[in-house]
This record gives sequence, structure tokens and C-alpha cells, in this order.
Amino acid sequence: MSKLKVFLSIFLLLSFIALTQSLYVVSETQRAVLLRFGEIVRFDVPPGLHFKLPIINTVRKFDARILTLDAAPQRYLTSEKKALIVDSFVKWRIKEVSKYFTTTGGDEERLKRLLAQRVDTGLRNEFGVRTVKEVVSGERDELMTQLSSQLDRIAQDELGVEVIDLRVKKIDLPAQVSDSVYNRMRTERERLARELRAQGNEVAAVIRARADKSKTVILADAYREAEETKGDGDATATSTYASAYSKDPEFYDFTRSLKAYQATFENKSDILLIDPDSDFFKYLDKSEPK
Amino acid sequence: MSWNGNGNKDPWGKNEGPPDIDEAIKQFKEKINGWLGISSGGGGFSSKNVFFLIFLVLIVWFLLGIYQVQQAERSVILRLGEYQETKGPGLRWNPPIIDSRTIVDVVRVRPHRHDALMLTKDENIVDVTVSVQYQITNPENYVLEIRDADNSLAQATESALRHVVGSTIMDDALTTGRELIAQMVKERLQVYLDKYVTGLQVVIVNIEDSSPPDQVQEAFDDVIKAREDEVRVRNEAETYANGLVPEARGQAQKMLQEAQAYKEQVIAEAEGDAARFNLLLEEYKKAPAVTRNRLYLDAVQQVMSSSTKVMVDVEGGNNILYLPLDKIAQAARAEEEIVLPPPSTNPNSNTSIRELTNQVIEEIRRRNRQQDGRR
Repeated sequence: MSKLKVFLSIFLLLSFIALTQSLYVVSETQRAVLLRFGEIVRFDVPPGLHFKLPIINTVRKFDARILTLDAAPQRYLTSEKKALIVDSFVKWRIKEVSKYFTTTGGDEERLKRLLAQRVDTGLRNEFGVRTVKEVVSGERDELMTQLSSQLDRIAQDELGVEVIDLRVKKIDLPAQVSDSVYNRMRTERERLARELRAQGNEVAAVIRARADKSKTVILADAYREAEETKGDGDATATSTYASAYSKDPEFYDFTRSLKAYQATFENKSDILLIDPDSDFFKYLDKSEPK
Repeated sequence: MSWNGNGNKDPWGKNEGPPDIDEAIKQFKEKINGWLGISSGGGGFSSKNVFFLIFLVLIVWFLLGIYQVQQAERSVILRLGEYQETKGPGLRWNPPIIDSRTIVDVVRVRPHRHDALMLTKDENIVDVTVSVQYQITNPENYVLEIRDADNSLAQATESALRHVVGSTIMDDALTTGRELIAQMVKERLQVYLDKYVTGLQVVIVNIEDSSPPDQVQEAFDDVIKAREDEVRVRNEAETYANGLVPEARGQAQKMLQEAQAYKEQVIAEAEGDAARFNLLLEEYKKAPAVTRNRLYLDAVQQVMSSSTKVMVDVEGGNNILYLPLDKIAQAARAEEEIVLPPPSTNPNSNTSIRELTNQVIEEIRRRNRQQDGRR
């Protein structure tokens, strides 16, 4: 009874171990190959629960999701021999598991190294025939599409992975070039500031000159009108005088002279040397007229 | 399998209801031994206990499969590695070990922020800060198709932002073009995210800040100042013009009014003089000789009485006559000076106030102009 139990227990334990050794799960996020003594017997094992022979078969599982290769920034020369520091990343995933396993031994780091070399070569070649402007703005899309499809072909042929996308993150100028760019930006701004100020002064000068002109014109017009008015008044007055005085010119002469004498000699500092022979003094010496 | 050992303790103790702890431990040891096939106690208990143990393990296994999915969450279920289904909110059960689950929040909007110097189309450098808000709309893709989707978003954001800014000239990137850049980055980013099967959806892209680099900030600020200066100088000129022209108009009006006044005056005077003359003439004609004499005498009397006279009553004046004319004139002047009104320097008089005001205004204006010139 007891011996049977011990035997049973050991049997159960062994069969349990055998079961765990012969069962394996491939996740939805993985791809796997089944090996028999190192030789691939089944590639592309689908997700799910699978059996294998313990010891004889081994299973290698790889991450089948989209993965990222973020390589270190590299320095490239453009066609006008300007240096650019370029940071890129690659999105890839395993396509042919057997080829992937054969070329890289299933080592993700090794694949990244191989891929990075190819990216580097591709970028260097493409940057070498383009100007900075083309790389930075205009042809960026075409460049990237072209490069990534090229890389995709190579990677599928040689490494068994598909390249979904190759993108340039950062395109920077080296430090000393950046400084000269800053200097250029600064001088551009200074030019603009000077221009704005000059424009302001220009407008202001025009406004002031216009105001000065208006003032002069207004005053001149006013002077003309004023003089006309005065002349008008003088003319009317003259005609009034003329029509009155022409009735008896001799009497006018007489009265006007008298008035003029009065106006002329109204001051004590005016000294008159008088000859008593004048008409005024005709009675000064004698009561009878001369 | 370590959880079996731990999981046994509590339910066992509760079901048996041991009178004290020592006995409970003893019993527990026995059960363990029984389960391992080493019978130390009664053989009848052993098989019963094994079944009970299996039953208990099943219960624990069952209980461990129960979990809650919150309103905002989805649970992605893999059965033996294979994708099974995605479960919505509520109380859920999945067999442990066989199924594995990943719970993902699909409502929460996640932020990502990126700040960097980058090249523009016209080869200038700008400093742009962008913030992206995104959420998981496809939990299966998020979990199954890509490793580290959030990091992929960060990389895609940087690439898209640099691409769009690189296609924009600096002035647009710094001022009016921000909205457009954000819009274009959003579209481009979404294309990338779909291409990488991230299961992410961009909610909003916002250019938080775009400014020139620190090294040239001062020059950019100076341009802003220059714009202000431009407006200021123009305003000052407008002020000058607005002051000048109405004043000139006022002055013109003054001249015209004065002319008008003069006109009226001379005409009125002429009419007055003429009327007087006419009236006088009428009377004169009635008695010409008398009137003429009277007028003459009146006038000469006034002349004589108001001036200094020296009578020289010498017939054939050959004798030397000494007349101290200068002294006579001096005496006459001295007499007059006393009567003279004081000179019009009185500051209270109206004219001098106006003159003073004008002088002050003119001075202020002159100084303003000098200041302008210096700026």
C-alpha cells in the first residue's frame, strides 16, 4: 500500500515535469521557431499552446511586435559640404522568423547593429547628393520614403525583418555653424529694426512737413483775404471822401489843413518861431486891420 | 506553485475551527504530509484530504480569476497566448494561468511634451515647445502590435514637428503660422501612429511656445521695440500736426477779423468825416467869410496854446538874437515826462499774459523736438 503510493507519487511528479517540458505557449506578441537539435523543423509557429518533445526539441521565441531602433546621432556632409548632425529612428518587425534566426541567431541587439549600419550607409549616400535646404524641408518626405523602401528591401532580403518606417528626428547644425546662423539672424533683426525706425521717422517727417505747409498756406491765404478786405475798405472810404470833398475842394483844403495843424502842433516840445505879421496876429499890434 | 502553500492556511483553519493554535498547526502538518503521500496519521483521512485539497485549490484558482474592469478601462484577454477578446467594464472572470489579461485605460488623455531647437525652411533656428494629448482608442493594437507605444509617440512627435517646422519659414513659425503648424503636426503624427499600429489617437496638438533662441532673443526684442518706436514717433508727429494746424486756422481767423474790423473802421470813419464835412459845408455856404475866420482862429488858437511859442517881433531882424532853443525844448520835455503814463511792463495786463503763454508753449515745443532728434 505505502510502496504503491510512493511509486504513484513519483510517477505523477515525473509525468508532471514531462508535461511542463513538452508544452509551450506562444503569445500573440511573439513569433517562434521549433528546433530539433539546433535544426529548424518548424518555423512560424502560430500563437497558442503547442507540444514538443522534451530535450529533443527546443523553442526560440522572438518579439513580433513593431520595435524601434534609435541609433546614435551621426554626422553627415551635404552636397555643399556642410556638416549636419542627424538623429534617426527605424520602426521594424520580424517578418521571416527563420531568416531572422539564421542571420542574427535571434539576438535583437545584433540585428539592431546590422540595421544601424545599413541606415547609416543609406543616409550618408542620400545626404551627400542633397543640399541642406532640400534635406531640411523640401524633399524630406520623398527622401524618407525612398530610403525606407530601399532599406526595407535590403532588410527583408538579408535579415528577414521588414522596415516599416525610417524617420529623421533631428537635423542639427554643428555648434560653430549654429553660431554663425545666430549671427546672421541677429544682423537680419538689426536690419529690420533699423528699417522700422527709419520708416517711423519718415512718416513722422512727412506729417510734420504737411502740418507746417498747411500752416503756411492757411496764414498766406488769410493774409491775402485780409488785405483784400482792407483794400475794399480803403476803396470805399476813399470814394466816400472823394464824393464829399469834391463838392468844395477849396473848403476841404482849408479845413483839412487846419486839422493837420492841430494834429501836428499838440506838444509842448514843439517850438514855433512866429512872425507877428501873420494873419493870426493882425490885431496883436493894433485894433484896425492892416 | 508557491501560492498553494500560502493559500491553504486560511481557509483550512476557518473550516475546521481549531480549538487552539497548536492543534491547528499539528493538524495542518498532518494534512501536508497526507497530501505528499507520506501517511503519518489515519489512512482513512488521507484520500479524503487530497480531494478536499484539490477542491480548495480549484476554489482559489477560481477566485483569482475574478477582477474588475473600470468604466474607463478595457481588458485585453490572451488565452494560452492567443488573442481571445477585449472585455468592457464590469465584474469579469477569466481563468488564471490559461488566460492572461492586460487592462488598458482608453479614456484618460495622456500628455506628452517636447521642447527643442530646430531648423526652419530659411535655415534659421527656433525654439519650439509642443504638447500632444493622446489616448488609446484601440487597446488590442496598443498591447499586441507594438512594443512601447508611448515611446513611439514621442519619437513620431519629434519627427513630425521637425518636419513641419522645417517646411515653414521662421516668421510664420514664430507668429501667425503656429495654428497651422499644430494642425499639420497633428495630421502627420496621426499618419505615423497609424502606420506603426500603435492604437493611439491624437486628441490635440498645441504649440505652447515658439521663440527665437536665447542667443538672439535680444535682437528680436529690439525689433518689437522698433515697431513701438515707429508708432510712437508717428503719434508724436500727429500730435504736433494736430496742434499746429488749428492754431494756424485761429491765427488766420484773427487776421481776417482784424481786416474786417479795419475795413468797417475806415469806411465808418470816412462816412463820419464826409457827413461832418457836408454838414459843415452847408453852414459855411450860408456865411462863408465869418465861418472861415472862426474856423481859422479856433484852430490856430489851439495850435498856439498847446505848443511852445517864441515870438520874433523884429522888423528886418539884423540884430543877433539869442534863443536857447535846446533849453526851452528840455524844459518842455521834462514837463511832459511827468505826465507820461508808466511803460506797459505791467505783468497783469492781458497782452503780456498772452505773450508769456505763447513764449512758454513755444519753449516746450522746441524742447520736445530736440528730444525727438536725440532718439
